[in-house]
Parts: sequence; C-alpha cells; structure tokens
Amino acid sequence: MQNTIYQKLLSNKVIFSLIFLILLVAPMLLSDFRLNLLGKFLAFAILAIGLDLLWGGYTGGVLSLGHGIYFGLGAYCMAMYLKLEATGGAIPDFMAWSGMSELPLIWIPFQYPILAILLGVIIPAVVAFFLGYLTFRNRISGVYFTILSQALVIVVVTLFIGSQNLTGGTSGLTNFETLFGFHINASSTQTAFYWITVFILGAVFFFSRMLVKGRFGKVLIGIRDGENRMRFLGYNPSAYKTFIYTLSAAIAGLAGMLFVLQVGIISPTMIGIIPSIEMVLWVALGGGRGTLIGPIIGAVFVNTAKTGFSESYPEYWTYFLGILFVLVVVFLPNGLTGLFEKWNERRKNKNVSNSIRVEKSVS
Amino acid sequence: MSQTVLELKKVLVDFNGFKAINKLYFTVNSNSVHFVIGPNGAGKTTLLDVICGKTKATDGQITLQKQRELTKLREDQIVHQGISRKFQTPSIFQELTVLENLEVAMKQKKNLFSMIKAKWTNEQESRINEMLHLIGLYLAKDQPAGSLAHGQKQWLEIAMVLMQEPDIILLDEPIAGMSKKERNKTGELITKIAKNRAVLIVEHDMDFVKKYADIVSVMHEGQLLFEGTMEQVQSDPKVREVYLGRKVD
Repeated sequence: MQNTIYQKLLSNKVIFSLIFLILLVAPMLLSDFRLNLLGKFLAFAILAIGLDLLWGGYTGGVLSLGHGIYFGLGAYCMAMYLKLEATGGAIPDFMAWSGMSELPLIWIPFQYPILAILLGVIIPAVVAFFLGYLTFRNRISGVYFTILSQALVIVVVTLFIGSQNLTGGTSGLTNFETLFGFHINASSTQTAFYWITVFILGAVFFFSRMLVKGRFGKVLIGIRDGENRMRFLGYNPSAYKTFIYTLSAAIAGLAGMLFVLQVGIISPTMIGIIPSIEMVLWVALGGGRGTLIGPIIGAVFVNTAKTGFSESYPEYWTYFLGILFVLVVVFLPNGLTGLFEKWNERRKNKNVSNSIRVEKSVS
Repeated sequence: MSQTVLELKKVLVDFNGFKAINKLYFTVNSNSVHFVIGPNGAGKTTLLDVICGKTKATDGQITLQKQRELTKLREDQIVHQGISRKFQTPSIFQELTVLENLEVAMKQKKNLFSMIKAKWTNEQESRINEMLHLIGLYLAKDQPAGSLAHGQKQWLEIAMVLMQEPDIILLDEPIAGMSKKERNKTGELITKIAKNRAVLIVEHDMDFVKKYADIVSVMHEGQLLFEGTMEQVQSDPKVREVYLGRKVD
C-alpha cells in the first residue's frame, strides 16, 4: 500500500483536529505553571515545523544542526526589548557593570517594540539567507552543510559569550518586568501568551501546508529525491533550498521570541549545540516526514517527557530520556506518527481482505 | 527543411589530461533523428553532457540557432534555451505520481515565486492528458512513478523531456533494458517527436539505429570519425577498422 504524501496529509486531518481540541481546552484543565510549560513546548513546535520543511519531507538532505542560533537571534531580539522596557530606557545593569554609560548602537532599534519584533524575524532570515545562498550556490550539501551549520553555532555562541557588555555574556538576558505595560509574570498575561503561541502555531502550520500542498511542494520533493535531475528540468535547486532555509530560520526566530516571553530568560546555553541537536530530535521522533504534524507532536512529546522525567527522577532523568530515544529509534523508525500510520494501514488492509472475502463468497 | 540548430566548434573536454572530447566540430539539424555511435570511451555521453551543461567545456564554443552561446550557462538556463536531456538510467521522481512528474516537468516559469503561485490552466491540463495518452500511461496517472515497469519509466521520462517542448532532445540509450515490443514503440515515439525538432541519440543497438536513423555520426577518441546515413557508415573502411570491422568480419 503506497501512499503519496498528499494522502498522508489528508489522513492527518484527524490528528490535527484532535490536537486543536486539546490545545483549546488545555487552559481550563492545566495549572498556570503547566500551561506555561505547554506554551513553551508549543513555541518549540513552531520551530520544529520549520525544520520539517527543511529536512523532514521537503527539500530533504538539508539537515541543519544550527537552528538554535536562529531561535536564539529571535529570542535575543525580544529579550533586548523586554530588558529596555524593564529598565525604563536606562542602560541595563550588566552594561553599567562593564563601565558603559550610553546605550550601544546595536541596542538602539530595540527600544521600539514593533521594530524589535520585526527584527526578531528579519535578522535570523537574513543570516540564513547569506549562509544558505553561499553554500547552496556552491552546491555544498549533505553532511558538509550539516557540519557548516554546527560551525555557525560555535561562532555565534562564542561571539555572544565574548561580548559580555552587549549580550550579558553567559548569564544572558533576564529580569524582565512588563510588555506593553502588562506584567509579564501575571497569570493573565501568561495565558494571553499561550493563546498567541497557539495562534501563531496554527498560522505557521497552515501557511507551511499551503506552501507545500501545491506544485511548489512537488518541486521540493523533486529536489529532495533528485536535485540534479531537477536542474535538467529547468529548475535552480539552490534558489529553492535557500528560500526554505531562510523561511525555516524566520520561523525559528518567531519561536525564539515566543519562548522568551514565556520563559523569561535567554542565555547562550539555550541556543548552543545541544539545544540545536535536540531540535532535530523533536522532528525525528515526531516522524511522519513531511506531514508537518509529526514535528509538533515530537516537540511536545519529547519536552513533556523531559520535564516529567526530570521532576520525578531528578538524578536519573537523562538516562530515561536516552532510553526513550533509543526505544523510539529501534522500534519506531518512522517516529511517533509512524505508529499511527502503521495502525491506519493495518486497518485498511483488514478492510481490503474483508472485501476480498466478500467478493469470493459472491462468486 | 532542416537547418542547423546546434553547432559545436573546436570543443575540448579535458578530464585532468584525458581528452574525452578533443577539438570536436559537430552540427545538429532540425527535423532529424541523429544517432551517435562509437566504441566505449569514444566520448558519446560526454558529448551530451557538454551540450546540456552537466560537464563544462574546457575550450571551444557551442552555439544554439547560430546566435546563443551555451558554454557559460547553468544547466537550468540551458533547459530554458530549449535543450532537454534524458539520462541513461530512468531518473523519474519515485514518490510523485505519474501526473505529478509531468506537472513538474512541463514547460512553465520555473523560478521560485512563479512556482509558489502556480495554478493549473486548461491548456496545461489538456497537454498533460494528451501526453499521458501518447505514452499509454493515462490509466496509471495517479500511481506513484516508482511502481511503474522499467519500460514505462523510460517512456515517462521521455514524456517529461517532451513536456518541456524543447527544440533539441538529447537521449542517452533510451532503449536499454527494453523488450522488443517496447523498443518498437519507443522507436515510433522517437520518429513522431522528431517531426518538428532535432533528436540526438546515443545508442549501441545497431538494429535500432539502422531502423530509425536519418543521420549517423561515428565518434572515436573524442573526435568525429565519420558522418552519413547508416549505409554509408557501414561501408566506410575507416569505421570498419575502428569499430564495426571486428564485428562484421
């Protein structure tokens, strides 16, 4: 039984409605603390959709182990604005400690909220565009691109840690108070953030799905399965890859902003190599390559497990998480959505064999 | 009438000292089925590679319609100049359906933003349906291309080349691995499509060449050894010596 990706999308309607329903009732069932955690996971899920576009089902072969950086760039943009709103226009404490008296030039745009939010998407997109353009145009792909994306993480993280007076160094940016005058830690504000995150998750999901459902998506699959063949059909794969890479970086920036709003801190360790690799794990564990739903499930599931294990077994939780990864890889090579697909297929096969039986009995 | 559509002048392809194509002069005319034969390593496939841009010429010129220089263009730009290539092994997109393969291949604006906005037009739909009937895959149009038989995959790929409405078609051993029946069908298809364009084919099967060739070029060590009809080729002493000789005698 061979299903095309479009049929898969269709069969995922059920999963999608279910997820939507759960997210809708979650604020009524969960405590403020849990809802805040879920909101954070959903911010991760937004990023995972972008990664799935890039790696999972479309364009393919483009495995980025550097999306923590794009996430981080978005997060820092938001955090810089929040920091300035908290200080009321004065220079942040860590700058004063390093002997600065005036707001540095690169902080100035972040006094304006709209500008800060726009930059949170634009800066990651621009960085990704240049990196993508240069590498894809020179036909660097596969593992070489992946290594390059890791190098980007090291460069940026080192830069962020090194510029203590601009970025707050290893401790990052925190101690935010208000956003547009609303207290950031108030439960009503956090619930609002949750709804905004749900809304943006939905918007990113539907936008991405719309993008890949048409002829454009088929071109991306073509590039995934035969990049060179596409060249001889008159396509320039580097342009497509650069576009999707840039788009996924912008989505990561968006996720980073939502993360900071709900978590209240951003530091270099949250955007470094380990988180960057974890992001790929969410997509891989969610499975359902190209469905764009798998990564949402993966991001929420992995992070829920991580939180659950670390709360219940503070000493051993990393082992449990490791075992979980191994189990999924060994028994569910197609990820969690693979489980659903298997079950779906078995049910279909049963129907088929039933109908064959009926035909036989008729004849 | 047939006229020169493609002209290679003194083309050199040098792979680290090995001259796969050595100062080759070669012309392709429209409305003709043009076969390229020659022993292994004669540079036949490299000739197709250098025309479609897969391999860059070390030196020389490739001119389209007496005006457009191709050697500096990217592969996809050459396609938009009207040259399409079918590779030796069927390289269709297995996970896309037969219809989707043709949809991606057909002539249209293929840059990023026109593709995002792309919508079906009636003309496109009828052209694809026509093509599906021509290659006898209409009923299989919603099947994943990966599930097709080998010969069907070859036809699908030829159809993908045709959907680009090229002026020049380059085919690399199109009948390799086909049954007798499939060969005949492919031959008919080639004759049909050569009516208003040039078809350049690399082929080893001499019976097939004999049956369908308008003109045959024999290559040897990166150069053109002889050019003419199949009868002329077969009776030429030089050709017999380097290539047919050992087989015929």
